[in-house]
Amino acid sequence: MSATGSVGGTARREPHAPEATLGRKADYLHADSTLRSWFLTTDHKRIAILYLTSITGFFVIGAVAAGVVRLALIVPNGAIMTNDTYNKAFTIHGVVMVWFFLIPSIPATFGNFLIPLMIGAKDLAFPKLNLTSWYVFMAGAFFTLVSLVLGGVDTGWTFYAPLSTAFSNTWVLPALIGVTIVGFSSILTGLNFVVTIHTMRAPGMTWFKLPIFVWAHYATSLIFLLATPVITTALILLIMERGFHIGVFDPAYGGDPVLFQHLFWFYSHPAVYIMVLPGMGVISEIVPAFAQKKLFGYRFVAYASIGLASVTFFVWGHHMFVNGQSDLASLVFSALSFAVAVPSAVKVYNWTATIHKGSLRLDTPMLYAMGYIGLFVLGGLTGLYLATLAINQHIHATYFVVAHFHYIMVGGTVLAFLGGLHFWWPKFTGRMYSEPWGRVSAVLIFLGFNVTFFPQFILGYLGMPRRYATYPAEFQLLNVLSSAGATILAAGYIFPMLYLVYSLWFGRKAPANPWNAKGLEWETGSPPPKHNFLSPPEVPRIPYDYPIQAQESQDQHG
Amino acid sequence: MTPNHAALELWPAAVSATASETDLLILAFTVLTLLLTVPVFVAITYFALRYREGSEADRQPSGIRSNLIEISWMLIPFLLTLIFFVWGARLYVASRNPPPDAMVIEAIGRQWMWKFQHPTGQAEINNLHLPIGQPIRLRIISQDVIHALYLPAVRLQVAALPDRYTDLWFKADKIGTYHLYCSEYCGTDHSVMGGEVTFMNPGDYQDWLTHAGAQQSKVAAGRTLYEAYGCAGCHDPGSAVKAPSLAGLYGNPVKLADGRTVTADETWLREKILNPNGDRLAEGYKQVMPSFAGRIPEDELGRLIDFLKSYTAPASGKAAQATP
Repeated sequence: MSATGSVGGTARREPHAPEATLGRKADYLHADSTLRSWFLTTDHKRIAILYLTSITGFFVIGAVAAGVVRLALIVPNGAIMTNDTYNKAFTIHGVVMVWFFLIPSIPATFGNFLIPLMIGAKDLAFPKLNLTSWYVFMAGAFFTLVSLVLGGVDTGWTFYAPLSTAFSNTWVLPALIGVTIVGFSSILTGLNFVVTIHTMRAPGMTWFKLPIFVWAHYATSLIFLLATPVITTALILLIMERGFHIGVFDPAYGGDPVLFQHLFWFYSHPAVYIMVLPGMGVISEIVPAFAQKKLFGYRFVAYASIGLASVTFFVWGHHMFVNGQSDLASLVFSALSFAVAVPSAVKVYNWTATIHKGSLRLDTPMLYAMGYIGLFVLGGLTGLYLATLAINQHIHATYFVVAHFHYIMVGGTVLAFLGGLHFWWPKFTGRMYSEPWGRVSAVLIFLGFNVTFFPQFILGYLGMPRRYATYPAEFQLLNVLSSAGATILAAGYIFPMLYLVYSLWFGRKAPANPWNAKGLEWETGSPPPKHNFLSPPEVPRIPYDYPIQAQESQDQHG
Repeated sequence: MTPNHAALELWPAAVSATASETDLLILAFTVLTLLLTVPVFVAITYFALRYREGSEADRQPSGIRSNLIEISWMLIPFLLTLIFFVWGARLYVASRNPPPDAMVIEAIGRQWMWKFQHPTGQAEINNLHLPIGQPIRLRIISQDVIHALYLPAVRLQVAALPDRYTDLWFKADKIGTYHLYCSEYCGTDHSVMGGEVTFMNPGDYQDWLTHAGAQQSKVAAGRTLYEAYGCAGCHDPGSAVKAPSLAGLYGNPVKLADGRTVTADETWLREKILNPNGDRLAEGYKQVMPSFAGRIPEDELGRLIDFLKSYTAPASGKAAQATP
């Protein structure tokens, strides 16, 4: 087992003597401070910070668009804005949040920063490719922002044909080009992670000593590599049809509109796991650290990450139960969806079992992790309502769907992102954030989220369709409640932006390991030196080598 | 008439047996969801209090083998949910197969309105009047983008596609007026594309039909179109151009020139009228029929197809229409 790890690792490890002479001051943030040193950097940590800054900008744009949507829905008759404005607002919200925040969120920032540290490497395998991926991301972002500035798009983030290719009069082409380009940055990041995890592990860092965070990113990278080319192809076909009237999807040119949905969901369902798996990775690091206990069922969680990444490729048809798909196909896709959803949702039992008999500290990252566990299990199980054929015929394309995927995307991915941001903030910046403010924000976000999205499950069951600028008056009470929740949620988002930025200058200096956590990233300084480790890190005997070890660790590793 | 709803109604009206069973399924699923989630919420809260750092809790390993726990908490929920897969699938299959005696209502979606036509020829925009106690099949198509027809009172929806027919069937058993929506986002006025469906006693429905201005029945209108578009000139027996007879064609297998055999269903007939040649050519015939794509509006296509479905050859003895 140890042989696999050491081959690649030893070959690439450099002597550390030169760095050691630089002393403490030469961490990656202070090694050089010119703009050029940031924009031409090949240091994975600095690229992670570039990504973190850009996706935060996109999060703000997407959140403002969400605010506009919730504002419009306070009244049922559409008196606040025109239907077109509303349609553009939810489209911008979806396009920006999915393609420019959720998909890159954890992998491109935390993954980029932490994978080399966690496996004891100096950088990713292809540092220049890593920088390229950020520039590709920004190029895609540029085209999308152009479409936004020119007047926006009104097709929904799903770009269904023939609405997007023949009927919409908005700036669809620049948005399509932007999203197509951004896919390439995902592919480059995925490629870099896969090669890095295979070849750059430190001597002794075998596969089953890797933190779950790394396993989750390995699985995510496989999806990046295998699924993204399909959406790229589908989007290029859309561009050709809209731009050059080459018939692929529009029946007026002899095309098939349902074909686009197949191609779109062949990527976009696995993309759910691009958003979910890294979040599971983050939670699997936070929970053991704040329980001071080994992760329950390490191997199960590791295998499950790869298993989910594989099975997720075979369930795309559950988005199309009522879209003219054959009944046989719907039956098969429904059955497969049950097979993937249950193991995915029951992961929460592993984290709950990790807390059992631990020694708990309820600091901000742990509050986020506990919120994540509660919301993710609800998001996962409501997915099964949608996978049940007869129920789907009623709640498909209603607010039930909106509530379900926000429990996964916000309750899951965003809470994991914020939890991870607080957990590794001392490592990224060398500063501690304000713990009381952190806890207040975590609680606000949890409450605000539930007030916003729980009523939407009921709205969906009552039969309110999604993407409605106006709606029947009897749904107003629940919509007002949802909008009120959104203001609480907004406050919860604004506080961290303030106190985290404040901490950059005025925060207490962080020790190397403020949480008493295990994992190689805590073995080096906060912030880490330019080349990550001053001396080769010592790989521990077992992963999650915390003081409290459950019985199972003796079974499996004794 | 507007739907009469309370400000907050947690149990929306269900007007068909399928709708009531769907509600029961949702309720049962919710019980299962609570069984699987409430223990997690309670456990997290309890553990967070009991095992706080510095508390005097027992932290000795419990000695239960983790593999056993892992496998049981994966398998038990999975098997429990499989019950719901089977239940949901059975209900779905039933709701996908309309009985042959269902009354067919034509539904055409376009940006941003629904057009409905009754078998006796009456047409309505956005609102739909239907009798209770009788199976109804909505035959749905779109004239532009993808729409979807959603009737929450029967707990059903299906997409309206621009290139093929989809259908939705149900048998309502309660009178009343309920929402009718478009549920697939279709552009600017998506949210106003809809109206109300009113379920009436059969007698009231007949009255409504009378007052709605009886025109030609759809079949009769289709017969007129059949002649007006010149279909009869080639397809009627004894015509100069050798074209296959369409009498009794509907629902039967057709051998194609490329060797395949297809069933002449509604979508096939529609495509055959719009694009008759290429890989749709019937065995033994030449490519002489012109394409009618762009020449026949969608509602007229629907009437033509209704006529073809009722069109039986006088002497062939093969009944095209099933009798109940």
